[in-house]
Amino acid sequence: MSTPGDLAAQGPRPGQGVIHDLGYRHYDGPRLSRGHLTRALFLESAKGAYGLGRSARSKVMPMLLLAAMCLPALIIAVIAAVTEVDELPGGYTSYVLNVQLLAMIYVAGQAPASVSRDLRFRVMPLYFSRPLHRIDYVAAKYAAMTAAVFFLMALPLTIMFVGALLAKLPIDEQLPDYARSLTGALLVALVLAGISLVIAAVTPRRGLGVAAIIAVLAILAGVQASVQGIAVEQGERTVAGYAGLLSPFTLVDGIQHSLLGAETPLPEGPPGTIGALVFLGVTVLVVAACFGALVLRYRKVSI
Amino acid sequence: MNATVARLTARSLLGRRRALLLLALPAVLLVLAVASRVLGGQDDGLTVGLLGGFAVATLVPLLGLIAGTGAIGPEIDDGSIVYLLAKPLSRFSIATTKVAVAVAVVMAFAAVPTLLAGFILSGTSDRLAVAYGVGALIAGTGYAALFLLLAVLTRHAVVVGLLYALIWESLVGSFVPGAQALSVQQWALAITKSLLGDRAAPLNVTSAVGLGAAIPLLLVLVVGSTWYAGWRLRTLRLTSDE
Repeated sequence: MSTPGDLAAQGPRPGQGVIHDLGYRHYDGPRLSRGHLTRALFLESAKGAYGLGRSARSKVMPMLLLAAMCLPALIIAVIAAVTEVDELPGGYTSYVLNVQLLAMIYVAGQAPASVSRDLRFRVMPLYFSRPLHRIDYVAAKYAAMTAAVFFLMALPLTIMFVGALLAKLPIDEQLPDYARSLTGALLVALVLAGISLVIAAVTPRRGLGVAAIIAVLAILAGVQASVQGIAVEQGERTVAGYAGLLSPFTLVDGIQHSLLGAETPLPEGPPGTIGALVFLGVTVLVVAACFGALVLRYRKVSI
Repeated sequence: MNATVARLTARSLLGRRRALLLLALPAVLLVLAVASRVLGGQDDGLTVGLLGGFAVATLVPLLGLIAGTGAIGPEIDDGSIVYLLAKPLSRFSIATTKVAVAVAVVMAFAAVPTLLAGFILSGTSDRLAVAYGVGALIAGTGYAALFLLLAVLTRHAVVVGLLYALIWESLVGSFVPGAQALSVQQWALAITKSLLGDRAAPLNVTSAVGLGAAIPLLLVLVVGSTWYAGWRLRTLRLTSDE
């Protein structure tokens, strides 16, 4: 180890940078791996999506939306407990579809908060100067947003399930539908997180990302409802069935209906086995495309 | 009104990605209109469904939100509004100019496409296109002024505006009928309905408020929010992000 000053005494040669050893203690402890970094970023982002670890003002909106998501479920659970019914008023599998606006606003608010700020304030070099690879950043953010959206939808579903059990409804009738709806919620979360993160990553400007995400999601839902309505009116059942592909929520509802055997509140589900496979294929494709687009986007972020 | 402020606002509103978004939304409406005319033929019920359910209910609030908050929000965000406020201009004239530009943008990207979609879907039958075009323009004006005020009041203007436009007007409005009396969309529909005259009832065009209530409420909204935005600009606090 060199003594303090022996490098400084020589002085930096002109035109050549020198890192001075000022005699501070070295760090010899354990250095954590990429995996630890990715996990830490995941946890931080997932908590951040509910405002935990951020300012009090940024907790308001996600918590309000979470409460609004849970309120109808709570009412359903209370009704089931008070009046002695033999099934829950309003099923598990159509719940997410019914409150889709709230989920849209949630991702529109939180996806830009998760990725746009890092781009806007140019802190990406700080991430990438660690052993963290670009794909790790993307994976951590994608997983975190998926987990946050899944939690947003799983909590009310769980409230309903617990309510049903407290109301002494038979568990073997409740459990399959609850499991189906959780699978659906996970798929919706994957698709929503992907679409919203891609949009947020290309619109670092504040406010624009929120508007762009909600515009895309609301327009997809609006187009889906219009096309399906028109097709049903015209008696084109196949077209009406495939119209479900247009919006993330109806896309996953189609999978729930055709592959998992849930009931659908839509006028027309995916037609036949081919329809079911098309719906599944489109979902996988959308998720993969979003992840790929994010990886490409972050490959271009300069350090 | 100030020409330079107007030009700067228009440039920031129509810059690159925002312009793409502004163009994409009406393009979807026109594609839908052409598709349903080709597939379904001329059907006035369909026109009402598409223009009322999609154009006025979804497209116009979204464009009003993008134009209204985009006219002033980014400037407040990055703090560059101080250079504008430091000029010897009345704050009210700055607010008025920005609202006017936002309204013009909404007119170009929401009202005109709605009118065009109406012509594509129904031709000139029953003045449906004109009625909905005027309705879209009026709703867009209300939304633009309201959301510009929101952008001055809060940094979360876009989310708050969305909560109003999507949750209050559609979700709450469908459960609590009284909530619809305070809905820009319903005020605009009142005007559409009166333009349609006798044909409104068979086409199922309804509004929660009468024309006598809608017009004063709209005027109060537009003038009131523009004035209050100007008033708030007199003492604007620039807070840091998060």
